[in-house]
Amino acid sequence: MSDTNGSPSNLEMVLKSGQFAVTAELGPPKNADAKAVRHKAGLLRGYVDAVNITDNQTAVVRMSSIAAGVLAWQEGLEPVIQMTCRDRNRLAMQSDLLGAYALGMQNILCLSGDHQTFGNHPQAKNVHDIDSLQLVQMVVGLRDRGRFQCGEEIKGTNPCFFVGAAENPFADPFDWRPYRLAKKAKAGADFIQTQMIFNVPRFREFMQRVVELGVHQQTRILAGVGPLKSAAAARYMRDHVPGMDMPDAIIERMEAAGQGIEDKNLRAAACKEEGIKICVETIEQMRDIEGVAGLHLMAMEWEEAVPIIASRAGLLPRPNFSQESAPCPAPN
Amino acid sequence: MIVAEQKPLDEIKNLLGDSQRVLVAGCGTCVTVCFAGGAKEAGILGSLLRMAAQLDGHPKAVTEVTVQRQCEWEYLDAIRDQVESADVVVSLGCGVGAQALAEHFPEKVVVPGLNTKFMGLPAEHGEWVERCAACGNCLLGLTGGICPIARCSKQLLNGPCGGSSHGKCEITCGDSQPDCAWQLIYDKLKAQGRLHLIMEITPPKDWRTSRDGGPRKIVRKDLKLPGTEIKE
Repeated sequence: MSDTNGSPSNLEMVLKSGQFAVTAELGPPKNADAKAVRHKAGLLRGYVDAVNITDNQTAVVRMSSIAAGVLAWQEGLEPVIQMTCRDRNRLAMQSDLLGAYALGMQNILCLSGDHQTFGNHPQAKNVHDIDSLQLVQMVVGLRDRGRFQCGEEIKGTNPCFFVGAAENPFADPFDWRPYRLAKKAKAGADFIQTQMIFNVPRFREFMQRVVELGVHQQTRILAGVGPLKSAAAARYMRDHVPGMDMPDAIIERMEAAGQGIEDKNLRAAACKEEGIKICVETIEQMRDIEGVAGLHLMAMEWEEAVPIIASRAGLLPRPNFSQESAPCPAPN
Repeated sequence: MIVAEQKPLDEIKNLLGDSQRVLVAGCGTCVTVCFAGGAKEAGILGSLLRMAAQLDGHPKAVTEVTVQRQCEWEYLDAIRDQVESADVVVSLGCGVGAQALAEHFPEKVVVPGLNTKFMGLPAEHGEWVERCAACGNCLLGLTGGICPIARCSKQLLNGPCGGSSHGKCEITCGDSQPDCAWQLIYDKLKAQGRLHLIMEITPPKDWRTSRDGGPRKIVRKDLKLPGTEIKE
């Protein structure tokens, strides 16, 4: 795990202190509006240890994750910069890593990236010069070896990121996933965030293998959870989100929640309440699974749900190490 | 083999413009085998162009010829007379064949009749699939004989990504989802008891051997004719 030259991030401090960590997600806007980022950051501040800033998620153009990350941090919310391998080659990625660190970013999440055919520029050329595992190695190399990917020494300040990666426990081949996670730990990933978990027994099975391999001692695993808004959303996830394992029982619960309620708004509210309830129950189960070091709470375009879930799941108050980490750069 | 598809007739007609004498040049190798540009297809395209010109009221003299390989000078020399008596040549070779014609007959207008698609094989009758991306540094020895560069949508070297589901890739090509190359690699290596090959982290690839290093060239000194200049 990391032995950074720079100050550790708040997320790193929380995880190293052994406390159950909580991260969330913030999607930058599809425009150049700084206020949109600041507003979302305000909704999450104080309820999570750090927030992932997505990088052109689902291959749709949005404000850069680094730029939005700086805006979030100015609002007092520590960012985890997501970086995909889809849009940049190793030169551009390293250049952006230097820039992000210079701007005060301390956490990074290394991803392959959704394929561009899912997004709003399906005609685009994809890059995939390196893959997500190789990106982890590259960021760790910048930090621990003080060298660029090519091996050349970095003269002067090297970026010291707390490095994360993702893993989908539910994608195929299921038997291979714990080993692939082990490869990410071996590459140097300090923490892992998983795909959203609805099938808890399947996740337990995955974690059992991860623990048998001892991977939970090499990296810190944050279980991905999130609230459903409606039965339709659950069905969409089951049918259209690759690698998503959505049990029928969850869909049935979401359907039952809205049944018999005539008023549209009341029905929607009842469904949302059930979604939050399921999420809180899932969190409670996650706490008992060996090897789970925290949560990654994904409430995309529903940031208001995060404080409610954090509160009901007994995750508050959050520890705050930010006084001990690098000061937040003041906006000019 | 190189797999190609014929361009739409309207596009080929537009490429011909007002040219009166048209030579449709087929190729007897890859594009014959994939039913895109052999003697039979050259004959059919020739007939279609003649009929279309007739219907448009501006008849053209369309002839056809097929060479063994459009990508070698010696075979092109054999059709010099036909090429020189045409105003325009429609190449039914792959992109290599069309360029060889254009390079060998620099005064002649050469237009493509095919879209060259990929290097692959016929998976079943009437269906061809991509197998090689010519990256210039073959990995098949590490991946159970299945190429992640040509067959993984993200060209991952440490796959599969989180989108692998029931043996299929997350993306849709045409009207179907391709097989997940990494599921195939995993299954093959597991069956062979060779999973250790993918337990280690494969380092970033040196793409210089691929198209990213610029147009490629191979020089074999041992095959050079005596007295010829050796440039590297």
